[in-house]
Amino acid sequence: MILSQKKSDWVGNIRGDVLAGLVVALALIPEAIAFSIIAGVDPKVGLYASFCIAVVIAFVGGRPGMISAATGAMALLMVTLVKEHGLQYLLVATLLTGVIQIVAGYLKLGELMRFVSRSVVTGFVNALAILIFMAQLPELINVTWHAYAMTAAGLAIIYLFPLLNKTIPSPLVCILLLTGVSMVLGLDIHTVGDMGELPDTLPVFLWPDVPLNLETLMIVLPYSLPLAVVGLLESLMTATIVDELTDTQSDKNRECKGQGIANIGAGLLGGMAGCAMIGQSVINVKSGGRGRLSTFIAGSVLLILVVFLSDWVARIPMAALVAVMIMVSIGTFSWASIRDLKKYPLSTNLVMFTTVVVVVWTHNLALGVFAGVLLAALFFANKIGHFMYVESSLDEQDDQRIYQVHGQVFFSSSNKFTAAFDFKEALSSVRIDLSRAHFWDITAVEALDKVVLKFRREGTDVQVTGLNQASETIIDRFGKHDKPEEIEKVLGGH
Amino acid sequence: MATDNDKNERIWTIACVDGSRYSTSVRDHAIWLSQVLNAPFKALHAIEHNPNVAVSDLTGAIGLGAQEHLLSELTELEQQRNKLEIQKGRQMLETVKVHAEQAGIEHPTLVQRHGSLIESLIDLENDARVIVVGIRGEVHEDNNQHLGAHLESLVRSVNRPFLVVNREFTPPKAAMLAYDGSSCCLKGLEMVKNSPLFDHLPVHLVNVSGDLDKAQVLVAQAKQVLEGAGRTVHTAVLQGLPHEALCQYQKENEIDLTVMGAFSHNRLRELVFGSFTIRMLLNTEKPLLLLR
Repeated sequence: MILSQKKSDWVGNIRGDVLAGLVVALALIPEAIAFSIIAGVDPKVGLYASFCIAVVIAFVGGRPGMISAATGAMALLMVTLVKEHGLQYLLVATLLTGVIQIVAGYLKLGELMRFVSRSVVTGFVNALAILIFMAQLPELINVTWHAYAMTAAGLAIIYLFPLLNKTIPSPLVCILLLTGVSMVLGLDIHTVGDMGELPDTLPVFLWPDVPLNLETLMIVLPYSLPLAVVGLLESLMTATIVDELTDTQSDKNRECKGQGIANIGAGLLGGMAGCAMIGQSVINVKSGGRGRLSTFIAGSVLLILVVFLSDWVARIPMAALVAVMIMVSIGTFSWASIRDLKKYPLSTNLVMFTTVVVVVWTHNLALGVFAGVLLAALFFANKIGHFMYVESSLDEQDDQRIYQVHGQVFFSSSNKFTAAFDFKEALSSVRIDLSRAHFWDITAVEALDKVVLKFRREGTDVQVTGLNQASETIIDRFGKHDKPEEIEKVLGGH
Repeated sequence: MATDNDKNERIWTIACVDGSRYSTSVRDHAIWLSQVLNAPFKALHAIEHNPNVAVSDLTGAIGLGAQEHLLSELTELEQQRNKLEIQKGRQMLETVKVHAEQAGIEHPTLVQRHGSLIESLIDLENDARVIVVGIRGEVHEDNNQHLGAHLESLVRSVNRPFLVVNREFTPPKAAMLAYDGSSCCLKGLEMVKNSPLFDHLPVHLVNVSGDLDKAQVLVAQAKQVLEGAGRTVHTAVLQGLPHEALCQYQKENEIDLTVMGAFSHNRLRELVFGSFTIRMLLNTEKPLLLLR
């Protein structure tokens, strides 16, 4: 049930959830502003989105304690749409993204996540960290030395202040101090106010001002599809991370539908599409947030702060935001993946790197994941292909050679299969014993046909035994093979 | 749990202990029930994971390897906490076992499971005959105005008779069936008729109603049913607020055990009108046997 709520998710951990929600709200503000800037829209679009997504997902999400809002991964996908068609089309795209995600939730597409291997997830997380970092570069290129000094000071405060005091969020201290310094010294550096309009009222319901026709659909669909895919990927990965951290279960299909509903809500309140955030969710759990209440507090406090303090928020120097975002990027990066490079097999590392490279190159996390999953599948097929060999023995009395095939015959090992037969040997007959082999696809059957044909042409009689058992695995419906004795038959020879 | 009971019969008397002050009483009631019903005794301790978070770092800063570091930190803390809980629970269960054996129970079974009491009981539901719980657990122990945090959800989600105990154990001498002819109460009537529990317990059939004549007929019919099964039956028709009238009657007639239907309305209706079951639970000083 999309709206069913467990009481303990709301009031089970009130103190922890409220405090963590406050910490997250403070960290969400710079992120929402930064991501709006990436997407090329006013900061208010990202802020409204973050408020709406966080508050809606608190009720309809499948993973209590996870933080969802406007994200960098999504923002990067909208850049061209905003540039070419403007904000109104972005809002329509957001609505469509939500619809696609809800459909995906009902189709239980979340279960496809099982094809995404660990190395692809690591690659995704690392690529995300790199993208967030790269998005900060425009603020660090062609600026005066003041901006560098401010950013460096900001990072120093974020990482060193916790040594003095563990109860005040250090990103907040960083923002307050840097804003104070830049105002007192009257520094000529970029501030949030320079980046566009900030919200000065509560968000209002509005229907995007575009013609509702096929043309509009064709404009937004190429953006909505990857948005929906990336949003679900990041949300489901984050949910897994939160599951792991809190040692609890989440409802992945409900999360898919929840993300869809939250995005539709964001689109109707003038916000951009978003999804779950790895960095913020880690901050939330670290600060003691576990329940739905933490997400709700994060979203609502964010809005209150921004609407009532918009004059002050406008004066925050961009350098302070850049420092916070660099922190988020560092915290998101999977450090263990670099440490373990030497320990893991080359294929695993290649999958991870491919995912990262494709994402950084295309700025599209969906493509990176697709490339990673594809590569991982190829590596796997290659590995399994090694589990095939052919034994042969000569029966001199009958002038017959017996080939016994062992293991898995499919597209990846079929060439090896064909090559194992000696067609030049002049024999009166050949027996191919397949009783210890498994034919997985049509490629394998064709390879066998070819072998038989070739032997016949050489004038050798061919006898094939055990083919029926061997080809049982071709059947696509595996319902038959889910019983232990059937699995034993397939894996342990017949 | 299916292995405990191949035929999947509902045979067990399950005592839910958590170390609160009602645990001894839960144990003794369960021992008594187990003997009267000839239902094997099983003591259950659920290791509920504490929702209050131990780690809370409000710095909001995440650095290199933040996620891995947090995971190992949380794992370590919870490991310690749960190890302690398991140990505490084991000791508690061992004491229960000793008492049960002294009372003459053969092979008392001990079960310890992770997760909330509700989850654990849902797992055991299929082979439970009756479940004994304390009126409130460790969390609300000192507060007499509160019911246990889970009691209502427990009774609602596990469809087995619950004996809710709220005082020291004494062998019951008289039972009362709160009867209004509803489907839930008919089930209660059926149980009183068939259960060996009432072989030696006189039963007071009590109805609270505004319409005296109708109530008399209702009660008389039920009395006939019970007497047909060889029960000793007294009847009474009371007036006033049901929970007050019933509790008053309990006191006057020294009733030790009250059988009643529980939470027969949905939560929405309860939100508006309040729940009779909850009022009974709060007012009564004697154990209640709740049927859903």
